[in-house]
Amino acid sequence: MGIPILSIVTFLPLLGALILLFVRNAVAARWIALAFTVVDFLVAIPIVLKFDSTTHNMQFVEHYIWIPSWNITYFMGIDGISVLFIFLSSLLGWVCVLASWRSIQHKVKEFMMALLVMQTAMIGVFCALDFFLFYLFWEAMLIPMYLIIGVWGGKNRIYAAIKFFLYTLAGSVLMLIGIIALYFAGGHTFDIIELMKQNYPFAFQFWVFLSFFIAFAIKVPMFPFHTWLPDAHVEAPTAGSIILAGVLLKMGTYGLIRFNLTLFEEAARYFTPLILVMSVIGIIYGGYLALAQSDIKKLIAYSSISHMGFVTLGLFVYNSAGVEGAIMQMLNHGITTGALFLCIGLIYERTHTRELADYGGLAKAVPIYTTFFTIFILSSMAIPGTNSFIGEFLILAGAFGYSKVAGAFSIIGAMLGAVYLLSMYKKVALGEINHKGHIHEAHDVNVRELAAMVALAIFVFWIGVNAAPFVELIHPSVSHLLEQLNSAGNMVAHVR
Amino acid sequence: MNFDISNIIFSMPEIIVLAGACLLLMFDLILPKGQKQAIAYVALAVVIIAGAETWLLSDNIAHIFNRMFMFDGYSIFFKFVFYIGTLLAILLSINYMKIEGEDYGEYYVLILFALSGMMIMASGTDLLSIYVGLELMALSIYILTGFTQRSGKSNEAAMKYIILGSFSSGVLLYGMSLIYGITGTTQLSDLALALKGQDNMDMSLILAVIFLVAGFGFKVAAVPFHMWAPDVYEGAPTSITAFMSVGPKAAAFAAILRIFIEALGPVAGSWETILALVAVLTMATGSIFALIQTNIKRMIAYSSIAHAGYALLGVVAGGRDGISSVMLYMLIYTLMNMGIFGLIIMMRKGDFRGENIHDYTGLAKTNKLAALLMLIFLFSLAGIPPTGGFVGKFYIFMALVGQGLIPLAVIAVIFSAVSAFFYIRIVMLMYMKEPTHKFDLATTPASGIAIAIALIGILIIGVLPSWFLEMAQRAAFPV
Repeated sequence: MGIPILSIVTFLPLLGALILLFVRNAVAARWIALAFTVVDFLVAIPIVLKFDSTTHNMQFVEHYIWIPSWNITYFMGIDGISVLFIFLSSLLGWVCVLASWRSIQHKVKEFMMALLVMQTAMIGVFCALDFFLFYLFWEAMLIPMYLIIGVWGGKNRIYAAIKFFLYTLAGSVLMLIGIIALYFAGGHTFDIIELMKQNYPFAFQFWVFLSFFIAFAIKVPMFPFHTWLPDAHVEAPTAGSIILAGVLLKMGTYGLIRFNLTLFEEAARYFTPLILVMSVIGIIYGGYLALAQSDIKKLIAYSSISHMGFVTLGLFVYNSAGVEGAIMQMLNHGITTGALFLCIGLIYERTHTRELADYGGLAKAVPIYTTFFTIFILSSMAIPGTNSFIGEFLILAGAFGYSKVAGAFSIIGAMLGAVYLLSMYKKVALGEINHKGHIHEAHDVNVRELAAMVALAIFVFWIGVNAAPFVELIHPSVSHLLEQLNSAGNMVAHVR
Repeated sequence: MNFDISNIIFSMPEIIVLAGACLLLMFDLILPKGQKQAIAYVALAVVIIAGAETWLLSDNIAHIFNRMFMFDGYSIFFKFVFYIGTLLAILLSINYMKIEGEDYGEYYVLILFALSGMMIMASGTDLLSIYVGLELMALSIYILTGFTQRSGKSNEAAMKYIILGSFSSGVLLYGMSLIYGITGTTQLSDLALALKGQDNMDMSLILAVIFLVAGFGFKVAAVPFHMWAPDVYEGAPTSITAFMSVGPKAAAFAAILRIFIEALGPVAGSWETILALVAVLTMATGSIFALIQTNIKRMIAYSSIAHAGYALLGVVAGGRDGISSVMLYMLIYTLMNMGIFGLIIMMRKGDFRGENIHDYTGLAKTNKLAALLMLIFLFSLAGIPPTGGFVGKFYIFMALVGQGLIPLAVIAVIFSAVSAFFYIRIVMLMYMKEPTHKFDLATTPASGIAIAIALIGILIIGVLPSWFLEMAQRAAFPV
């Protein structure tokens, strides 16, 4: 057994948080947090580079006995689906630290600790191959996120934090029962790989699918479980929004791929029409809500609902274009929306307003900033050449392959995206400088801010122009997943 | 009846505690006023010696005193839970009683008497010995509840507790006498034999079961026998609230498991539904009423009612997993409740009581460590990983699902999500609001040690529960 690289990438941030316990100086706390997140990112790079994209098997596996009486093991491993999200989480980790450099002024050390603990939990979720371990990371995320929103958030932060906490907790406790039921149905094991190999009776699949689905649908969030999201996003500090949009939402869809689709193939087939309807409603409804917002952050928050609708749509069309598109869209949405929240955070630091009416003429006042803002908006609109185009195009191709109606409706959503993003862009960046928002006093980005934005912009274009290496990473895992799904689907069809 | 020396050997831990308590009573007489903390330290030593003795004997199993008293892994496990609870309670009491201005050696003596009562309950294998232990424990705690004589609330609490408590003891005795009437024995394993083949729906049996549920339900504050708990928890000196929120509850569960699963196991059909109903009501009432409390001691009272509900579900699940899940839960619950009470006790200084939840507003601003500890204990009580509270609940749910009682498990998780609200509300007050007054915590090395033990305990159980889990599983009595 070689270096336990997954454990290192997971627990390095936690180590940083523990070291921060003994630090008193706010400046030192920032630098230490930055150092740990950057090193964590550097550890994540070889994982991606050394990843063997010819197999769907789990790689970098670590397997140790943990709680023998419950047959629980410390089991970590990644396949083509999780590897991207480990990379994304570690990338956004240091972006978050940079984004909070100046905007967090009180309790800096505690904030950085919460961020680092959060990062450990997030990466842990993507690595865990034992349900107990998975649930541990999954729930442990609630504590730091609750504090990040509630302590460092905006005016209405306490309401948003409690809503976030209770909503997510209520969803995931049912999943816990589902996990325990799986343990007994699957021969007394929490080993996810072992549990995937088995077939469960349909009635069992039905209920356990639901218990998992509710937890993940809340996290995504899918319509009609989305109401916590705008509150949480708007009130969270910039780094909190980046984490929420960048990684937390992906956990919902990751759970759907990893568990709902692979463990309960038949139930997944059964629920597909419902999920597709929910996705399409989410795409269009989220778009319309975004159209009506006067607060920039809220607008992007609602656009997330729409974009995540595309992801769930792609997942449940059962062809490789749809599923691969969905996974790419997850990655892209993480980068693009993370970047948009970063941009909003940066301008908010300067103007202290997020009202669209207070903006105008940013392009004249802060040209470098506006350039990047433009890039990310175009990416969010899925303009060809940017990353989101790949994902959205594949999803739409997949959706049309499965159902023309679903595809046609999602096109409306994609068009709505262009409408609300462009009209927002017009109000914010173009026109005369609006003195109400004190935009004329704003200074342009500094090196620290530029570093974060450049890093994200690189990925916007890299994936946009040359998506092949990324798709190759996920391809074997996705085709393996689809093979299993379609054989189960044929079985269902055959029985009927 | 032949008297065997093994009777003495295997009841040595109880003898040590009782003899220690009696000696301390005399020692108290020669100690001048103002020096009474010495009693506390000797009492600590007594508990530690009893613990060491239990540990030394722990390889043995002995059924002694005419099969009324069992020295086995099960009782040892519970005894250690009691030792931990008592040790932490004494450590937390030393400074607190000084602040309250009650300088009496009897306080620690009574705690030791209560401890011996609990130990007898855990070891009792006869309805009579269990009852004797229960009364010894209860009488001591009645007095302790009213120990702050000058406080009206404390007196009122003691009065309520003793009247309702005696009444419930009467009900319990009545149930036991009915059982004796049906079977002709009070010995638990003989009871199991006699009840084999008995009709589950026999009226007298059901009546007896209802009386037993009511009697023990009172001790663990299960709904609808919980009315006393909030008043008594609020009125009692906080160190005693801490002690009685864990010790008697664990002791009562030790007896409940033995009586219901061992003795009444053959007629499980007669009590399972009743107990399940009580458990659900207990969780619901505890979680929902805690939402509207503004006094933190009352809130913890309702929270401990809810926790009793989860543990009762473990009893309903039954089987080895049911038993060991309740055992583990009691250990974890003891640690986290003592931890939270340790912090509540620290708030009391001078004339400041620190019992309103708004007294905690902004604590994180000035006392970062205290707030962080409180946060960990609260999240543990709410059952959020990676804390011990999660492992405890997880095992109970496992036991339930393993028995196919999934609806009960679903109800339990829903209420555990509801109860999270009032725990995180305190976190919210501590972390997200600005302080309204200056904090001045009564920190002493003793209370620091107590909280550290509780903290290390719940974190270790939360992350590496294996050792404790196996301990509980090995110690569970065979069914």
